[in-house]
Amino acid sequence: MKKVEMICIVCPMSCRLVIDVDDAGAVLSVAGNSCNRGDIYARKELTNPTRMLTSTVKISGAIYDRLPVITSSDIPKGMMFEVMKALANVEVVAPVKANDIIVENVCDLGINIIASRSMERVN
Amino acid sequence: MKHYQLVIIGGGSAGLAAAVSAYDNGVSDILILERDKELGGILQQCIHNGFGVHTFKQELSGPGFAERFIDLVNQKHITYKLNAMVIHLNDDKILEYVSPEEGYVVIKAGAIVLAMGCRERTRGAIAVPGYRPSGVWSAGTAQRYLNMEGFMVGKKIFILGSGDIGLIMARRLTLEGAEVKGVAEIMPYSNGLPRNIKQCLEDFDIPLFLSHTITKIDGLDRVSGVTIAQVDASMQPIEGTEKTFDVDTVLFSIGLIPENALSEEANIDMDPKTRGPKVDESYQTSLKGVFACGNVLHVHDLVDFVAEEGSKAGVAAAKYINEKLQSGSVIITIPKEGIGYIVPQRIQAINCDKTVELMFRVRKQYKNVELVIKKDDEVLRVIKKKHLAPAEMEKVILKASDVAECQHSLSIEVVEVAA
Repeated sequence: MKKVEMICIVCPMSCRLVIDVDDAGAVLSVAGNSCNRGDIYARKELTNPTRMLTSTVKISGAIYDRLPVITSSDIPKGMMFEVMKALANVEVVAPVKANDIIVENVCDLGINIIASRSMERVN
Repeated sequence: MKHYQLVIIGGGSAGLAAAVSAYDNGVSDILILERDKELGGILQQCIHNGFGVHTFKQELSGPGFAERFIDLVNQKHITYKLNAMVIHLNDDKILEYVSPEEGYVVIKAGAIVLAMGCRERTRGAIAVPGYRPSGVWSAGTAQRYLNMEGFMVGKKIFILGSGDIGLIMARRLTLEGAEVKGVAEIMPYSNGLPRNIKQCLEDFDIPLFLSHTITKIDGLDRVSGVTIAQVDASMQPIEGTEKTFDVDTVLFSIGLIPENALSEEANIDMDPKTRGPKVDESYQTSLKGVFACGNVLHVHDLVDFVAEEGSKAGVAAAKYINEKLQSGSVIITIPKEGIGYIVPQRIQAINCDKTVELMFRVRKQYKNVELVIKKDDEVLRVIKKKHLAPAEMEKVILKASDVAECQHSLSIEVVEVAA
């Protein structure tokens, strides 16, 4: 058995986690987390690390030329640049509502890219 | 001259939260003055996620967090003016603002909430030697260009300062195809949140040079390179430790300063440590009926706490307007050994419901110490802390009854514990 220390990145609280891992790499226990999401994060980080991804896509007819977007849930850490590539040529037209799906099933991950905010049509 | 019950200067997270809570506490004649072309403040450029965990029990992006509050403001039909820049404020609560729609306008307020936020320290503030080429930005300006206006500020980047905005820009620029060659931090520890060191630097193998600073920026028209060096205990560069990087852009993420030109003009008492107004338990400044909250009061790490403070200031402003805010005997808070500042700076127990919250920062990193809170000279509470850092704001919640018994002061100090 060994102890692994890491900082939880789920929220800005930055809890310091101590994880007991057995010799086969399986997580035995997680301590130091303030909420259950810390437990989930620690187990994922040691087996299949994932990240939320945020970026922007081109929008026309809105107050600004960029629409901020976010993944509908976390994606495998290694897929971040692939998803960025998939967003490079996406263009939308205002109006857009917060949580509108901008790209469905991005990179076949079973995850959508959604709008972070609403953007009205402006002239 | 038009009169408003409550004028809120700034339509960012603090101002919006203050407006919503003042409205919910019976104030309907509210005006928010926002200098940008939409509400939301800096949240609109903070497209990363992690906001709202405390306020909405949900992880939102900055624009998503802002939209929650903007929707509330719209549902309650709270009046706001955009592109409206307050240029003067005096101690009679008379405000002057300018906007393209109305020109120059003078108004009078029954109460005011200061929610102007903060601005970034610039290269000039730390006098970095070298040339003055284009390609030198404050991290937040670069963030606005990239995330809102849609412009990349450069391709090969070096970042000075490990504040959160710098770290988040390191990740953001990397994802957009730039090469971030490193981040230098003059202190021996990072000034950003630990989660941002992990997910913004370590995830992308971006080196962090602690105890390093920039000693030279090269380039005539455009940045062509940057030289960094290790610093000694007195922050002086050590000869022979220089490293150079081939970059076209340098970002500065070297701290934020509450933006208090208006507060100072109105002769409000300022705290030289926070660089914000001194406030009481109700977030009221030295000027009666003028309240302050959010980053104009002291720089926060989390927008959730900015909004929470805004809410409380809104409640207090409503109490003031409804003549329910009282004046009682005043005690002061004293930051002692190891403590940089405490907000609020003074407390009137008579206005405290059940609890009093003290927010503070330590001056340096500590491990395994005790925070000792004293009521006058008597120990009120001892809190064991495994870890304390200047980058992380600390909070202590005290019982109002304990504070009511206090004669002159509450103090906080860090006490090292023998191992």
